[in-house]
Amino acid sequence: MDVLAILIPISLVLGLLGLAGFYWTLKKGMYDDPEGDSRRILRGDYDDNPKQ
Amino acid sequence: MSDTLHAPSISACPACVAAPAALERAGSAPQGDARIVMSVPGAHCAACISAIERDLEAMPGVQSARLNLTLKRVSVQAEADVDAPALADRLKRLGYEAFELDPGTLSMTETDRQGRDLLMRLGVAGFSMMNIMLLSVAVWSGATDATRDLFHLISAAIALPTVAFSGQPFFKSAFASLRAGRLGMDVPISLAILLASAISVYETFQSGHHAYFDAAVMLTFFLLAGRYLDFRTRAAARSAAQELAALEVPRAIRLVAGDGAAHEETVSVADLKPGERVLVRPGGRIPVDGVIESGTSELDRSILTGETMPAFAGPDTVVTAGAVNLTGPLVVRVTAAGRDSSLHRMADLVAVAESARNRYTTLAERASRGYSPAVHLLALGAFLVWLWISGGDARLAINIAAATLIITCPCALGLAVPAVVTAASGKLFRAGMLIKDGTALERLAEVDTVVFDKTGTLTLGTPEPTNLDQFDVQALSVAAAMAAGSSHPLARALAGATQRAGVIPAILDDVSEVPGHGVQACWRGLRVRLGRANWVGAAPLDVTAAYLAIGDSPARPVTFADRLRPGAEDAVRIFQAQGKAVWLISGDVPGAVRVLAERLGIDRWRAEALPEDKADAIQSMQAEGRRVLMVGDGLNDTVALAAAHVSISPASALDAARVASDIVLLGTDLAPIARAQSIAVTSVRRIRENFAVSFGYNVVAVPIALLGFATPLWAALAMSLSSITVALNALRLK
Repeated sequence: MDVLAILIPISLVLGLLGLAGFYWTLKKGMYDDPEGDSRRILRGDYDDNPKQ
Repeated sequence: MSDTLHAPSISACPACVAAPAALERAGSAPQGDARIVMSVPGAHCAACISAIERDLEAMPGVQSARLNLTLKRVSVQAEADVDAPALADRLKRLGYEAFELDPGTLSMTETDRQGRDLLMRLGVAGFSMMNIMLLSVAVWSGATDATRDLFHLISAAIALPTVAFSGQPFFKSAFASLRAGRLGMDVPISLAILLASAISVYETFQSGHHAYFDAAVMLTFFLLAGRYLDFRTRAAARSAAQELAALEVPRAIRLVAGDGAAHEETVSVADLKPGERVLVRPGGRIPVDGVIESGTSELDRSILTGETMPAFAGPDTVVTAGAVNLTGPLVVRVTAAGRDSSLHRMADLVAVAESARNRYTTLAERASRGYSPAVHLLALGAFLVWLWISGGDARLAINIAAATLIITCPCALGLAVPAVVTAASGKLFRAGMLIKDGTALERLAEVDTVVFDKTGTLTLGTPEPTNLDQFDVQALSVAAAMAAGSSHPLARALAGATQRAGVIPAILDDVSEVPGHGVQACWRGLRVRLGRANWVGAAPLDVTAAYLAIGDSPARPVTFADRLRPGAEDAVRIFQAQGKAVWLISGDVPGAVRVLAERLGIDRWRAEALPEDKADAIQSMQAEGRRVLMVGDGLNDTVALAAAHVSISPASALDAARVASDIVLLGTDLAPIARAQSIAVTSVRRIRENFAVSFGYNVVAVPIALLGFATPLWAALAMSLSSITVALNALRLK
């Protein structure tokens, strides 16, 4: 059962990594226009003025 | 702003020297760039993004444009001299209707911040839930002794900070409702979360078998999901109410008697006093109630009364605020302005009518009113009974009471309404309707009577000549030439129609407009007149018409009919097919109303109704137990809109009407209204189904909890199953 001492911290760190990623996407405003972004990525032309 | 002095500044760019002049011209605050936000309900595809952004960015003065397809709004960064109407024109030429939104940057960022805050709490709760579940699975599958205690301890270390952070919205709202002496939905929720956490900590330190950390966090997560959905719908509603910018500026031109000629100054309407004189130019809106002192013209009162026919206005005519002056300049002596004006009295009537509607209780409110006391009594009962059965084992009794609270907790109930309302308003939004009020959907579902206004609602308020085929080519060419010389709406309609028909205007001499009467000219030595009946010497008809007299031959009428709004026929037909009573109540003359009612197949109509009459008619229908949907756009409809059970107004309506109504229809098509009503009916049915589902789960789970068989595994299963069922049922709406 000693392996638990390694596995539990690892799973927690992985989870925290996910949480940090979520926080980052939230700060970057990636949930502001999900529909528009899903279309923009498939457009042929280059996005000259990406959202800041 | 233009009267403040600009201090000379040293600037690096030569263009900046011209800036004060540009400021003067724009007449606005000295700001470099402006952000204009416009709603574009028609945008729906990747091609729309490219087309709109590329076109707007090609416009001089525009720095960047960005379309948000989710919210269907474009935000434009532009120099100060680019204004919203110009952008709207440009978008219209592209084929997209656009409406200016008041960026109100402060309130919008505030809403954004709150939304992100909730989303963050939801994310944290989700993260903890997953980790605790991972640990709990080990406990459920039989971990014992030290391993179990260790897992419980780690769970506690994750769960307690999460509950403290993510549970805040519930704790705050529960505290607020307790202080107000009410038992809201959030009181049992907070109690369950806190009790479950506390008892689990105690059990952990006593190396007990059951800890409810997973249940506490899961409860927080599911309820936050419901809360977030609810918030998003409400935010959309709030912005719809606040952001549609004012159509007109409350300003007036005051005439100040000076030495010699009177001079003009622009003042706010609020500063006007009775007895002062204001100048109203052709095309301007009359800002006050008053009496005309000098000048003759015609007034378009359609927005006030629903009349399509412009009325003559000369000295001593009494005018009311809101009418549009058409042909000649008028000097009006103010009799009432601001608080005393007829506009303000209308606002008072609206406030009275609205207070009745605010008493509506929603399905969710009715459900939680019965739910909260029942849950508390049940948990307290379980505690007391088990205390008695076990002979004073408080630990067991509290455990069972906590399990009861957790299992009955309204996970599904908290999701039942927001999930459906979010799905439904998303659907309505795609159909071009903004729901301003959270309860509007439920009220719309109950409607059994529909009342339409005529001018501007069923019709577009733009006249079209109807009998041009009765005129010969010469008469038409004379009429076309005369109409071209006037800015009167009927003349403009006539000029447009003859141009489309390919009529070549005759050559006229001495064309002159007689304000308030019409146009006269000389054609091949004959005097020709186009204008009001009594001026050209004709008997007036009871439909909208202009009269053409050539020489001494009798004057002939050019009749006009208002153009139907697209989708009006469909909307009326669908409502009638659904068995709803459809009424047409208008302030216009009986002739015009009857023609339209017959054209649309509406057999119940009323004409010449004053604003109070409309509201009275609706109130008496509601007194008979009918639920009335009012669709209207004019100032004369505002009281009726506020009095009706639920109301819709088109985006082209006056502010006052839009503010008073629950749903704003973007776009010109009226057909979505009928569809919206059936969406509302379906979504209310879904809400009821969801309540039944969560009630059903409780019927099964509560006896188990009361008998003391509930384990954390049971609680987790019951909670997630009911929440998922409810969410899926809501998604069926799409």
